[in-house]
Amino acid sequence: MSWLVPVPVVLPLIGAALAVLVGRSRAAQRVISCVILTVTLVVSVVILVEVDSNGAMVAHSGGWPAPLGISLVADRLSAILLVLASTMLLAVLIYAIGEPGAERNHVGFQSAYLVLAAGVSASFLTGDLFNLFVAFEVMLTASYVLLTLGGRAEQIRSGMTYIVISLVASSLFITALALIYAATGTVNMAHIAERMADLPLGITSAFALLLIVVFGIKAALFPLFFWLPDSYPIAPSPITAVFAGLLTKVGIYAIIRTQTLFFPPESQHGTLLLVVAALTMAVGVLGAIAQDDVKRILSFHIVSQIGYMVMGLGLFTLAGITGAIFYIVHHIVVKTTLFLVGGLIEHAGGSSRLTRVGGMVRTAPALAVLFLIPALSLAGIPPFSGFLAKLALVDAGLGASEWAVVAVSLVVSLLTLFSMMKIWAGVFWNPVEDHSDDEYDAPPLPVGRLGGPPFMVLPTAALVVCSLAISVGAGPLYDLAERAASDLLHPAAYIDQVLRP
Amino acid sequence: MTVLLAATAAALFAIGTYLILQRQLSRIIIGLGLITHGANLLLITSGRRGRAPLVGEADPSLMSDPLPQALALTAIVITFAVTTLLLALAYRSWLLTSDDDVEDDVGDRSVARGTGPDHELRDQMESMVAGEDEPVET
Repeated sequence: MSWLVPVPVVLPLIGAALAVLVGRSRAAQRVISCVILTVTLVVSVVILVEVDSNGAMVAHSGGWPAPLGISLVADRLSAILLVLASTMLLAVLIYAIGEPGAERNHVGFQSAYLVLAAGVSASFLTGDLFNLFVAFEVMLTASYVLLTLGGRAEQIRSGMTYIVISLVASSLFITALALIYAATGTVNMAHIAERMADLPLGITSAFALLLIVVFGIKAALFPLFFWLPDSYPIAPSPITAVFAGLLTKVGIYAIIRTQTLFFPPESQHGTLLLVVAALTMAVGVLGAIAQDDVKRILSFHIVSQIGYMVMGLGLFTLAGITGAIFYIVHHIVVKTTLFLVGGLIEHAGGSSRLTRVGGMVRTAPALAVLFLIPALSLAGIPPFSGFLAKLALVDAGLGASEWAVVAVSLVVSLLTLFSMMKIWAGVFWNPVEDHSDDEYDAPPLPVGRLGGPPFMVLPTAALVVCSLAISVGAGPLYDLAERAASDLLHPAAYIDQVLRP
Repeated sequence: MTVLLAATAAALFAIGTYLILQRQLSRIIIGLGLITHGANLLLITSGRRGRAPLVGEADPSLMSDPLPQALALTAIVITFAVTTLLLALAYRSWLLTSDDDVEDDVGDRSVARGTGPDHELRDQMESMVAGEDEPVET
C-alpha cells in the first residue's frame, strides 16, 4: 500500500499543470480542481485507516533505500493532518468557486491553489529534512501568489512583509540544515535522529533552539508572530481561511516532529516552550481585543491559539502531546470555519469592520448560527470541540504540575470569549453605526435566506457540522491522537521503519 | 579555509541583516540576497572538501562531498525564483505608490490612533487629549 503515500503530493501537482493547460475554460479548471482534491481526500482517508491499523507507511522515491533516497513517511500524526488538510482545501475551494471575485478573475488561482495543496501534503509526508525545506518553499511560493493575486496596493504592501519574513525564515532553515548536516552527515530525518544521540548535549541543544526559531517564525510564535496579523487579513476570504487553517499548523507540525524525533529528552526545552506558549497565548488574545476588524481579530486569535498547541508539546508528556494533537484537529476546522464566516459577513455587510456592519441577526440569521457555534467552540464553551481540546490540555498541564501555564490558558480562554462576544455584538446585535466614510469597502449586497450565495454557505455549514462531529466523536478521536502521541514519544519504531524496512 | 568561509558567511549575514532593517524595498531585497548567499555558503562549507566528485576523476576518499553542493543548487534556484517574484512586487509597488518605501499597516495605524470600535473609550481619550493639545495625524 506504500505506493499511496506520494499520491497526495503528486496528484495536486498534476492537477495544477492541467489547470494551466485548460486556462481558457474556468469551468474545466474548477472540475479538475474539485476532482483532484476529492481524490486526494479519499486517498488521505485510506492512508489514515491503513496507518492506524498497520503502522507507518514508508515510500522511497526512485526506489533508493532510506539514507540515500528521499523517503516519504506517513505515520499517524501525518495521516491525521493530511485528512484534515484535504478536507479544508476541498471545502474552501468550493467556497472560493461560490464567492464572486476571489477566484473568477484570475486564471492562475486554481493552479496556485493546487500547488499549495501539494506543498502542504509534502510537508506532512516528507521524511527528509531538506525535502521539508523544499515542501515549505512550494507551499509558501504558492501562498505568495495567492496573497498578492490582483495586485491591489494593500496586498502588495502586506504581501511584501510576508515574503520578506518567510524568506528570512527559509534562509535560517538552510543555515540550520547546513549545521545539522555538518554535525551528522545526513539529511534523512530518521537517520539524523539516530546520529543526534551521539552528539554532545550543547550542540543538540543549540540545534533544538535553532529549529524552534525557524519553525516558530512560520508558526507565528511569540515573539516571531508580528507578520501574521498584518498579512493574513488582506487576502480574499477563502485564501485567508486556508492560510489560517493550514499554514501555521504546518509550522507547528514541523516543531512537534523535529523536537520529538531528533532530540533526546535532556536536550528538549520544555520550560522554554511553556514560557513561549504562555506569552503567545496572552499577547495574541490582547492583540485581538484591540482590533475592530473581524478578520484582524481572528488573525490575532490564530497567534493566541498557537500557544495552546505549543503548551501541549512543551509538557513533553503523553497527555500533553495528545492534547496538542487534539487541539490542532479542533483548531484547523474551527479557525477555517470562522474565516469563511468572516468572508460571508464581509459579503453580506460590505465590510468586515465592526463599526461598518451591524444588525445581521435580523438580516442574515443563518450567518449568526454559523458564526456562533465555531466562536463558542474557539472560546472553549461546552459541549463544543474547543472545550474538549482545552480540557485535555488543562488536564495534561495539571498532571505535569505546570500551574502557571494552566492559569494563563484559562484566563486567555475567558478573553477569547470576550473578543468573540465583541464580534457577536458588533456584527450581529448592534445597529449599523455609520456608512458615511466608506473608503474602500464595497456596498452591502442583498443576501438571500441563507445569508450568502449557496456555494459559500454550504461548505461553511459543512465545516460547522465537522466541528460538531469532533465533539460527538471525541472519544475515538482522542484515542487516535493518543496513539499518534505515543508514536511521537517512542521514535524508535519510526526510525526502524524508515531505515530498516 | 573553513574559517575563512565561515567568516565570509558571517559577514554576509551581518550586512544582509543591516540592509533588511532599512525602509527602502530595494535595500531589503539586496539584503535578502546577501543573507541567502550566506546560508548557501554555509551549506557548501558543511560538506567535506576535495576533488570534483566525478567517477574516475579521483580516488573516492579524495573527493569532495557532492550532497551539500546539490542542496545548495536547489536552494539557489528556489531563492532566485522568490527574489524574482519579490522584484516584480517591488516594481508593482513603485507603480502604485511611486516610491520605494515600505508602507505602514493601515489597521495598525487606526488602532494606534484609537479609531477602533470603542467609541466611549475614544471619546474619553479625545476629551482628555483635547484639554492639552490636538491629536497628531500621522
